[in-house]
Amino acid sequence: MFGYFLTRLGMFIPTFLGVTLISFMFIRVLPGDPIIVMAGERGMSEERYQEMVEKLGFDKPVLEQYWDYLVGVLHGDLGESFVTKKPVWDEFFALFPATLELSICAMIFAVALGLPAGVIAAVNRGKFFDRALMSSALIGYSMPIFWWALLLIIVFSGNLGWTPVSGRIDLLYYFPSVTGFMLIDSLLSGQEGAFGSAVRHLILPTIVLGTIPLAVIARQTRSAMLEVLGEDYIRTARAKGLAPARINGLHALRNALIPVITVIGLSVGTLLAGAILTETIFSWPGIGKWMVDSIFRRDYPVVQGGLLMIAVIVMLVNLLVDVLYGVINPKIRRR
Amino acid sequence: MAELSATPPKTEDRPSALREFWYYFSENRGAVMGLWVFAAFVFCAAFAPLLAPYDPTEQFRNHILQPPAWQEGGSWAFPLGTDPLGRDMLSRLIMGSRYSFFVGIVVVCVAVTGGVIVGLLSGFAPKWVDTMIMRVMDIILSFPSLLLALVLVAILGPSLTNAMIAIAIVFQPHYVRLTRASVLAERQKDYVTSARVAGASKARLMFKTVLPNCLAPIIVQAALSFSTAILDAAALGFLGMGAQPPTPEWGTMLAEAREFILRAWWVVTFPGLAILVTVLAINLMGDGLRDALDPKLKRS
Repeated sequence: MFGYFLTRLGMFIPTFLGVTLISFMFIRVLPGDPIIVMAGERGMSEERYQEMVEKLGFDKPVLEQYWDYLVGVLHGDLGESFVTKKPVWDEFFALFPATLELSICAMIFAVALGLPAGVIAAVNRGKFFDRALMSSALIGYSMPIFWWALLLIIVFSGNLGWTPVSGRIDLLYYFPSVTGFMLIDSLLSGQEGAFGSAVRHLILPTIVLGTIPLAVIARQTRSAMLEVLGEDYIRTARAKGLAPARINGLHALRNALIPVITVIGLSVGTLLAGAILTETIFSWPGIGKWMVDSIFRRDYPVVQGGLLMIAVIVMLVNLLVDVLYGVINPKIRRR
Repeated sequence: MAELSATPPKTEDRPSALREFWYYFSENRGAVMGLWVFAAFVFCAAFAPLLAPYDPTEQFRNHILQPPAWQEGGSWAFPLGTDPLGRDMLSRLIMGSRYSFFVGIVVVCVAVTGGVIVGLLSGFAPKWVDTMIMRVMDIILSFPSLLLALVLVAILGPSLTNAMIAIAIVFQPHYVRLTRASVLAERQKDYVTSARVAGASKARLMFKTVLPNCLAPIIVQAALSFSTAILDAAALGFLGMGAQPPTPEWGTMLAEAREFILRAWWVVTFPGLAILVTVLAINLMGDGLRDALDPKLKRS
């Protein structure tokens, strides 16, 4: 087991270096001089320009620049935003809880609906329920989520007036950020109605972000269940006279869960990509919106740092999934 | 044993590959439906200028935000209504099919060609080259695809062409991995050994002997990428990083219509519906292709 872990970690390090190299190169392959871009329309004196070149290390050899960058990254130094002048690292962690909260809610939504849908479809294979559920899953899987978000806004915010259109909470409420999670903070603040407001703001973004993972999980659960239901031990369980609910719920689902858990782990990338669109549409102050805004504002250090941080998060989660998978399934370790 | 005929058994007994493919494909009703919708989409894209009633950029100043024909205030002159600049929605949607089709074709061609070649090389190359290629692919796969495409477009400058390049780069690793995995499985088999013993060159082994036997999963993946490419290009257009206005690209149309969503439902609904229907049809087709091409899932 330890050997497997080491091999997997050995693959992680070169990938991490490659990711840092890509994000390092990002600022250097951009058209135009980043320092001029930074100066904006006011321009910049010759001395100040030289000062900036020195400060950013552009006068050093490229290899040395990369080394400095790498050392900086490992110390949590991702540079400063051109716009806010704050460290990118701090900005990232100030906004990350918002994205994390939304992603967790979306995943809960997707699993809570996707797992039962997949199981029901598999048990009723070929019947009406199966076809209806799988058709809906395919529609969900094909959904342009930015359009789906607009439709939900038209119906639930526009016509019915049930949910707000943007933000994380009503402006009426103000309380200090303790955990960064609005649901927890609003409860801690003890203000009446704050929690309800936070929940109402979360509903639509959660549905939008969770739709594609939901469809993927439903499809995956169904096919994993179908595979397991054909196994001998299920026949044995049936022959023993166990109740169908017990067979499906306990014997089959448990074994079908292994591939499903992998899919859940691997959809972190999908969630973060979806967060870019969802957060932009709902003005959700998280990482996705921050990245898009920074790209438009040409705030290159933010784009560079954010790109790196997101890739590292995806890599860490994949590493975790692989290691967990090795723990659950001993066959994998020997490969 | 009366007589042994010298001729081999008649080949007609076994259905041709295409017949067999169609037999399995047509068993999946959804796939056939998807194929019809996709055919209609291709027809639209091919004959768009003839089908569209108006020029997609022509502005009818007296008919701004006119609702669809069946709603009060609509007229059959503009069956699906007009957008905030008075342009005919139907014409724009029909012309938009061209861009989506184009994006799908270009992205899939570039990604498949590049990915298959790199994957074949990786499968046949010495171990260290293989390891290096796979690590590079891992690096690309560490970035969420839409984010990487977005950043690439930020570097290259926002346009439909650059969006296509970015999406093709992002899709590449899937084909590399897929091809490499099939190559590694096929390479072990006896027919490859016998071809090698017979003196086939490395290039012949790669492209003539092994590649045709690796195609099934690649074709299925290509169908699925076609739809993902359309979705991603529309998403980039929606974020303002793809096709630029006044191009009637579906995602860009949605972005332009965003501020009118509560006043004019049709400017938002139809472009998105067009994307959904197209993508759904292609995904249905992809499922059918998988059933027909993947021997493991075939019910024999």
